[in-house]
Amino acid sequence: MKVLVTAKRVVDANVSIRVQSDNSGVDLNNVKMAVNPFDEIAIEEAVRLREAGSAEEVVVVSIGITNCQEQIRTALALGADRGIFVEADGDLQPLAVAKILKAIVDKESPGIIILGKQAIDGDNSQTGPMLAALAGLSQATFASELTIEDGKAVVTREIDGGMETISVPLPAVITTDLRLNEPRYASLPNIMKAKKKPVDSYTPEELGVDVAPRLTTLKVEPPSERAAGVIVETAEELIDKLKNEAKVIE
Amino acid sequence: MMSYHASLDDINFALTYIADYPKIAALPPNREATSDVVEAVLTEAAKFAATLLAPLNQSGDQQGCRLGNGEVQTPDGFREAYRQYIDAGWAGLPFPQQHGGQGLPWILGGIVQEMWDGANMAWGLCPILSRGAIELLLSHGSEAQKSLYLPRLISGEWSGSMHLTEPQAGTDLAMIKTVAVAEDDHFLLKGQKIFITWGEQDFTENILHLVLARTANAPPGARGISLFMVPKFLVNEDGSIGARNDVQCVALEKKLGVRGSATCVMSHGDNQGAVGYLIGDEGRGIATMFTMMNNERLAVALQSIAVADRAYQLARDYAKERVQSRALTEQGNSEPVTIIHHADVRRMLLSMKARIEAGRALCYYAMGQIDISHADEDSQLRGAAQKRVDLLTPVIKGWCGESVIDVTNTGIQVHGGMGFVEETGAAQYLRDGRICSIYEGTSGIQSNDLVLRKILADGGEQMRLLLEEIQGDIDVWREDLAENLALAAIIVELHQSLAVLREATDWMMATGTKNVNSAAASAFHYLMLTGYVTSNWLLVKGIANALGDTESDGRSDAYLTVRIQVARFSSEQFLSLADGLLKTIQRGDDAIMALAVDEF
Repeated sequence: MKVLVTAKRVVDANVSIRVQSDNSGVDLNNVKMAVNPFDEIAIEEAVRLREAGSAEEVVVVSIGITNCQEQIRTALALGADRGIFVEADGDLQPLAVAKILKAIVDKESPGIIILGKQAIDGDNSQTGPMLAALAGLSQATFASELTIEDGKAVVTREIDGGMETISVPLPAVITTDLRLNEPRYASLPNIMKAKKKPVDSYTPEELGVDVAPRLTTLKVEPPSERAAGVIVETAEELIDKLKNEAKVIE
Repeated sequence: MMSYHASLDDINFALTYIADYPKIAALPPNREATSDVVEAVLTEAAKFAATLLAPLNQSGDQQGCRLGNGEVQTPDGFREAYRQYIDAGWAGLPFPQQHGGQGLPWILGGIVQEMWDGANMAWGLCPILSRGAIELLLSHGSEAQKSLYLPRLISGEWSGSMHLTEPQAGTDLAMIKTVAVAEDDHFLLKGQKIFITWGEQDFTENILHLVLARTANAPPGARGISLFMVPKFLVNEDGSIGARNDVQCVALEKKLGVRGSATCVMSHGDNQGAVGYLIGDEGRGIATMFTMMNNERLAVALQSIAVADRAYQLARDYAKERVQSRALTEQGNSEPVTIIHHADVRRMLLSMKARIEAGRALCYYAMGQIDISHADEDSQLRGAAQKRVDLLTPVIKGWCGESVIDVTNTGIQVHGGMGFVEETGAAQYLRDGRICSIYEGTSGIQSNDLVLRKILADGGEQMRLLLEEIQGDIDVWREDLAENLALAAIIVELHQSLAVLREATDWMMATGTKNVNSAAASAFHYLMLTGYVTSNWLLVKGIANALGDTESDGRSDAYLTVRIQVARFSSEQFLSLADGLLKTIQRGDDAIMALAVDEF
């Protein structure tokens, strides 16, 4: 079985981001970039499936500017076997990404597709479900546990108020939650080997996909800054402030 | 708080433009180490350091190592971190592929080690000592010794430790008393060694001790000393672990800093004698040991920079957060500001940053020269690079070892009272960094080495070549960089201080041949002067190379502007010391040796 995983290039989770002065988006100039942490979990899960003998090959996809190949190399260093890079400039919205992934699924026929449940930049959580719908595959989102049994994926999902375990027929789209696994550190020998692993390149046109944005971003604003705290004298004063200033209790 | 993130931007800048990495990567053995591989390696190492090693730094300091029944229990988490370190294959980075290493350039091994040191200096000492043992075996081990021991040292499954010091033999190793008596194919050693870093630990299944000892009937003094390898567990011919050797950790030192590491009193031969194998030639122990001493001294210089950088990061973050007093420029009822707005705090932070960048420039330059000395196809260039490393090693070790004291000390000062409180973490960096000017040769020893062995012994030839090279660069820059006013001012300052260093060198040459005490009395100041001038030369060199690199998209103008301002601060605050240092140097030993011993 082949596993397809994604490695979206996003701002590193440790960077404190700045909004561009014209409020058009986040400033990406000279900002450290990394693999979307939820995709890292997807890559780790795929590599574990291969190590456990449930899968033979792990193929990683990244879509975007040329530098996305760095994220493919990172995934290859973590254990993926080969990469697919789809070069596309400009604003890539979840529907466009899902269509590109659908085209790659058609080419590669993976037995299972694992994606992060969301990317930490857009926080949309749409690409996985959209891909499943476009490709006519079953889906299991927010996975915190995954086992492969008799051509089925048994997935424990983190849902409001508890856990739900479902079984979906393969091929299927799985999206990863935070607790699915703890990604490993890339080893030095694997970093060296990653350079020699094959990476195929495509353009959206070659895949027959129109990536034109369908949504328009009106404005991006930073959250309001936290005001300085005050020390209250009494519990009564605290209750009063919570009721009348913060209006969080009644 | 108290996190550590390797300064990847500064590291990449120094690697590319000061160590001239493109040239190193073009050398035949290094052609796999292209810039994208380097980027991936350094990024992953930085992540490893920040997430695995750094969080254990303060707890390791508080907990320390414990000794029971000859076994050392290391601080919580150290052993697991070491396991992850070898699982991730970091231990073999710069070593030959034929013995299981990755064969990457030496400088990359140094940079990765800098990250371990910044994250957790106590833990990082173990890989440094193993590296020394590997170097010794590579250079002086027999083929059988190499094939038996090297693969597992290089993988990190086994560690190395260095047994030099004895209670009566510190700097003067000729006074060593540990004896080695020949028996069959090995020797039996008896004696006590002190200050043995990581002489015992619970990370690895075996430890290979490299021990200086005196063979029976050997001549007195240094020529009677040989180097032996004493494994903690003997190793059978098939590589399996054999009997426990007669070498024990009998006590741990209580120390000012690097408390997370075990500093052991090691007893050899309490019973039948510790089995040791001769490494290199009999009677050549000290010379053999010194083949790796230059590299160890540079490793200590890098430790200094790493700890200094961490101290800077903590102080900078605090200064950006701590609100105290209105800005002096504001009138009336303005709000208090974060202390980074105050000029004196700025001065302190910049003095830290400038010393770190200058020290990193020195270390990376030397490591780059080591790679050239290993791998350049032109034997003359190899030889010249080695001579440059030999000349500068005492300067770099001494200057960085002194700088880390100033930088970490200033880091405490930025914090004010909070810096005096252990919980803040700033104090630990001073305590940890304080060893750097002591071990692997004190600053005094580095100063004497520079003046007596590196300058006077070759008639000042290598120093003259260095001064000429700096002068040549200045001549070029005065033409090429004249339009950049900030840089032009730095270059004027550098030029003046170069003249001062030349004058000081002439004084050393003239005085040293007549009155060696006078040269020795001024040697420390001369070392510091040399450090200031050469490091500022390298700071400008990095900027000039970056300005000349029009193709790279890796450096931004904003980043370069900051480098220029840091270099400017360095030239205004540190190169300006040159005149005073020269004056002191030229006083020689008159006042210093004037008092009789019993007048102290």
